[in-house]
Amino acid sequence: MTNEDLKAKLSEILPAITFEEGGQWLNINVGPKEWLPFAENLRNNPDLNFDYLFCLTCVDWQTHLTMVYHFESTQYRHTIVVKSKLDRNKPEIETVSQIWRTADFHEREVYELFGVNFLNHPDLRLLILPDGWEGKFPLRKDFEDPVNMIKL
Amino acid sequence: MDVKPDIQNPFPGEVHSTPTGGVLVTAIDDVINWARSNSLWPLVFGTSCCAIEMMSTASAKYDWSRFGFEITRATPRQADVIIIAGTIVNKMAPVLKRLYDQMADPKYVIAMGACATSGGPFFYNTYSVVKGADHVIPVDVYIAGCPPRPEALLHSLITLQKKIKTGLTREQIRMEKPETPIP
Repeated sequence: MTNEDLKAKLSEILPAITFEEGGQWLNINVGPKEWLPFAENLRNNPDLNFDYLFCLTCVDWQTHLTMVYHFESTQYRHTIVVKSKLDRNKPEIETVSQIWRTADFHEREVYELFGVNFLNHPDLRLLILPDGWEGKFPLRKDFEDPVNMIKL
Repeated sequence: MDVKPDIQNPFPGEVHSTPTGGVLVTAIDDVINWARSNSLWPLVFGTSCCAIEMMSTASAKYDWSRFGFEITRATPRQADVIIIAGTIVNKMAPVLKRLYDQMADPKYVIAMGACATSGGPFFYNTYSVVKGADHVIPVDVYIAGCPPRPEALLHSLITLQKKIKTGLTREQIRMEKPETPIP
């Protein structure tokens, strides 16, 4: 489906989403409260059938955090980008690891680097950072480490 | 310091010809240095992108085995020179130290690329990169580049060979100093 068809179809599924212009793929903004039912719909709807989550990451804008998901459908070959704005003091969002299994490890990585709490995640702990890095979130903009980091 | 003026004669010693062949007059140090430098077996420690350039130097187009670096096994016990090709992170530094300790004397170190020399592009604002491999082990030859071309790596291998022939590597300078008593 083209971007316009996807826009129409997704708006009728969840009218509260907004779209961003620019970019090759359709960019969608979803609130974190409506995320889980919308995600299930993305996977299970036979017209959309987004079964390939190929990127799950987080961006730290200094006032808030944004979760970014990239989905593709192997059947229809359409791609969308879903972004979700999180509160900086208490970043929480529902996990999607029961829908797309790959999200298990990607969410662990976002947890260890940014501190986003994924609700109902089966095994939320550090992925690559060694022991002793719990509670310190290195990729946040306000992370200070006078021993290792040399500030430019 | 440039090693080129110190090389008077690339072949160790001089040959006096006698009716039944010849006699080679030389110093033992020269012969040993010449033999060691022409048969350095590397231990490859490729951690990131410089490893690709190192693989390309090892393969057919820029072959390094024509200079003697033939046997490149993944074991430090049989290696003379360790080529640190890539970024050293905080989690990898104890591994590097352990491998260097497992190598047998005499051993030499080449730091390939910007990351192994000084942290490279990851010098500022990073929480996990060791800013230069010489914080962990002593280095003989540094190569600039990100990544350096295979010709640059070959040039550094030849420079290491020249350093060994003139006796200027850390190993050889350390051997020549008198033993200081441990207090």
